[in-house]
Amino acid sequence: NDSACTVDSYGLSCFSPASVPQLTNSPTLIVMVGLPARGKTYISKKLSRYLNWIGVPTKVFNLGQYRREAVQSYKNFEFFRPDNEEAMQIRRACATNALEDVVIYFSKEHGQVAVFDATNTTRERRISIVSFSKEKGYKVFFVESICDDPNIIAQNITEVKVSSPDYVNCDKDEAQADFLKRIECYKQTYVPLDDEKDRHLSYIKIFNVGSRYLVNRVQDHIQSRIVYYLMNIHVTPRSIFLSRHGESELNLLGRIGGDSGLSPRGHKYATALGGFIKGQHIKDLKVWTSHMKRTIQTAEHLGIPYEQWKALNEIDAGVCEELTYEDIQENHPEEFALRDQDKYRYRYPKGESYEDLVHRLEPVIMELERQENVLVVCHQAVMRCLLAYLLDKTADELPYLKCPLHTVLKLTPVAYGCRVEHICLNIEAVNTHRERPGNVDITRNPEEALKTIPDHF
Amino acid sequence: PPTLPKFLWCLSCLSPASVPQFTNSPTLIVMVGLPARGKTYISKKLTRYLNWIGVPTKVFNLGQYRREVQSYKSFEFFRPDNEEAMQIRKACASNALKDVVIYFSKEHGQVAVFDATNTTRERRVSIVSFAKEKGYKVFFVESICDDPDIIAQNIADVKVSSPDYLNCDKEEALADFLKRIECYKQTYVPLDDEKDRRLSYIKIFNVGSRYLVNCVRDHIQSRIVYYLMNIHVTPRSIYLSRHGESNMNLLGRIGGDSGLSPRGHKYATALGTFIKSQHIKDLKVWTSHMKRTIQTAEHLGIPYEQWKALNEIDAGVCEEMTYEEIQDNHPEEFALRDQDKYRYRYPKGESYEDLVHRLEPVIMELERQENVLVVCHQAVMRCLLAYLLDKTSDELPYLKCPLHTALKLTPVAYGCKVEHVFLNIEAVNTHRERPGNVDVSRDPEEALKTIPDHF
Repeated sequence: NDSACTVDSYGLSCFSPASVPQLTNSPTLIVMVGLPARGKTYISKKLSRYLNWIGVPTKVFNLGQYRREAVQSYKNFEFFRPDNEEAMQIRRACATNALEDVVIYFSKEHGQVAVFDATNTTRERRISIVSFSKEKGYKVFFVESICDDPNIIAQNITEVKVSSPDYVNCDKDEAQADFLKRIECYKQTYVPLDDEKDRHLSYIKIFNVGSRYLVNRVQDHIQSRIVYYLMNIHVTPRSIFLSRHGESELNLLGRIGGDSGLSPRGHKYATALGGFIKGQHIKDLKVWTSHMKRTIQTAEHLGIPYEQWKALNEIDAGVCEELTYEDIQENHPEEFALRDQDKYRYRYPKGESYEDLVHRLEPVIMELERQENVLVVCHQAVMRCLLAYLLDKTADELPYLKCPLHTVLKLTPVAYGCRVEHICLNIEAVNTHRERPGNVDITRNPEEALKTIPDHF
Repeated sequence: PPTLPKFLWCLSCLSPASVPQFTNSPTLIVMVGLPARGKTYISKKLTRYLNWIGVPTKVFNLGQYRREVQSYKSFEFFRPDNEEAMQIRKACASNALKDVVIYFSKEHGQVAVFDATNTTRERRVSIVSFAKEKGYKVFFVESICDDPDIIAQNIADVKVSSPDYLNCDKEEALADFLKRIECYKQTYVPLDDEKDRRLSYIKIFNVGSRYLVNCVRDHIQSRIVYYLMNIHVTPRSIYLSRHGESNMNLLGRIGGDSGLSPRGHKYATALGTFIKSQHIKDLKVWTSHMKRTIQTAEHLGIPYEQWKALNEIDAGVCEEMTYEEIQDNHPEEFALRDQDKYRYRYPKGESYEDLVHRLEPVIMELERQENVLVVCHQAVMRCLLAYLLDKTSDELPYLKCPLHTALKLTPVAYGCKVEHVFLNIEAVNTHRERPGNVDVSRDPEEALKTIPDHF
């Protein structure tokens, strides 16, 4: 593949080597707007995680971090008073530095989207960002979060502000009180995006954590996807449970793929999973499986209605379906090595790559965002992809994430990330995890190729 | 189980042993807006999209109900002080909603689009009560437009040719219609930010430069919003073509990843010439990841993008076989496919239904784009064509998409104008009609009766 290939959004991939790349995709600068504690950083991080996962290189530039580097120790809210000239200079310099780093990210680090996570609450600041972008040829998309519900704001402050580096030496109440005064400083000069004056800008306004949205002038595909994503996420507390099917007959034989049923131990796990789920007393749990027997048989033991998604089917190993690793080494030694060289992008002949899997799982992720409590009963490669999305793992890490059989993962969003609990249900199973071997060269000998394969019958 | 509604594209079948876990409330989409604001355009397009992705949807157009009981004389019918007309109009609305109930309860409908002005608060309040009583979800789509050019264009495109104005000349029709709009304006109350904050709706301003979205309640509403935010009305054309004839085509083999035959290369060159002659502004060219579409696009001399989603239907165990071989090796599968070609899935392969699902993002991007040429495959082209021309899932797998023929589709009024452009390069026929006997007990001759010739 030609190095001029860019993977834009999930349906588009690579240009013909003989063609001029026809989209010199302008990079996109997403500009957050809103008072403190309106969820800007939460949205910035979540959106970046999503865009990176679907293959759009994205990075967050958080102004607070630049400020903390410039002003080593935070004293109090007075720094943010609009009449504090000295602080204003520092804050402007920080914004300039952040934008300089954005330029480097786009021009030298192959970045496609940058999220400028700052309050950007004055018209003056936003105008200067728009000029800067125009001059550089970047598209600008504003994301404004407007919230006047004091409960939501208090909740935000408790969750992420009082534990911020700014308040390391304060007790909770002091931190809370100071932060509220900080918000007041910003309120004095806050001018929201205006229906009339800003009608030529591209933006989405999010009201009260998503009950309402105003979308203006979406310019292109990536902005349309961003809007769709932002309109589907929510902050209602919930948990996502991920599990593979119970051990299957093919697992026992060390064979990949196929559509076999559960082994006796696999059935035991499914029963144990049912017991575990009941014990969790989960409200309105949705259960999803693939179309393959082994996940369906697993879900059957739960005694809860479940939905089958073809998109959750295991990665298609094409010509290697139902082979053992030894078979693959014997019949397709070169392919086996190529896969070890780039496990994320490698596509089995007549099959799929992890990259393809991510593309087909995107609607699952979108629906997972819309839902609340969900248990996904799936497969090793599929689970790795979902986990990489939920835990912000890179494409390099993704194909080697450990997703053992007979272990449930409980993921609960907390603050800016996800808390993970591993629950091994104590039913023995084979190991199906193959680490990357030392030698990935196509000239390697069979022992080197097969060094890391797990045991099987 | 065939009786379960196939609701959303990624959810399929429930375990026979499980209780169906969602008794999905049907959704009533209620259009809101003055005349000539694109309500019928949106209603029809949205319905076409939802049906294509597998959500049974139907439009209930109040104008049609009114035309059935009353022949149109003039705008006076729509005067707010015309009591007699008001009675008739209210009765029509009742009848339309009664038909909605029948559609949902007896015809397996999932979404109904109530295409009427619904411009008064009173009317909308009564619809919401009706829906609540029946257990239907309600989603409003309001179209607001104050650009006189757009409105004049709409009137010229679809109103002056409406059945209401059969016996009028264009000028008369236009004048009357403008007065009709004035009648509605007097009592129009748009959805209100404050008073209607608990309703689920999208407001579309000036054909999509701006949207206000409030209280999206579920997956289908979210998909509807996404779709509505991606469509546009800028004039453009969509060109569909299969790859040039391939070496496998010559041998009567399905699937595979072969290159073009000599005639196929000729076609690709001819296609390039044709495209140039059309002088298309900013044409985007899309191909699949398969050699035969890429080789075809190479001759065009225009940059192109490859989409894996445009790959031909995966025939699984039947890949690269001739129909004779399929009959020989998998006679039962062959018959099952003829029984239900849309839903039949090749073992280890795909169905047309699966294809539609994987093509949905292509359709979404096609909506966003302007001039596009899609170089694809027979089954893929059938799916895209079915979407663009509103064909049913029964018709879809039998749509004629011959080699070496480009289709130019241009949106016009409420539909699409189609031009078939045969580029005069001979090719094999790859179209197999449904044979008379689709029973698994049929003999080989009956199965192979309709297969096209090959080398």
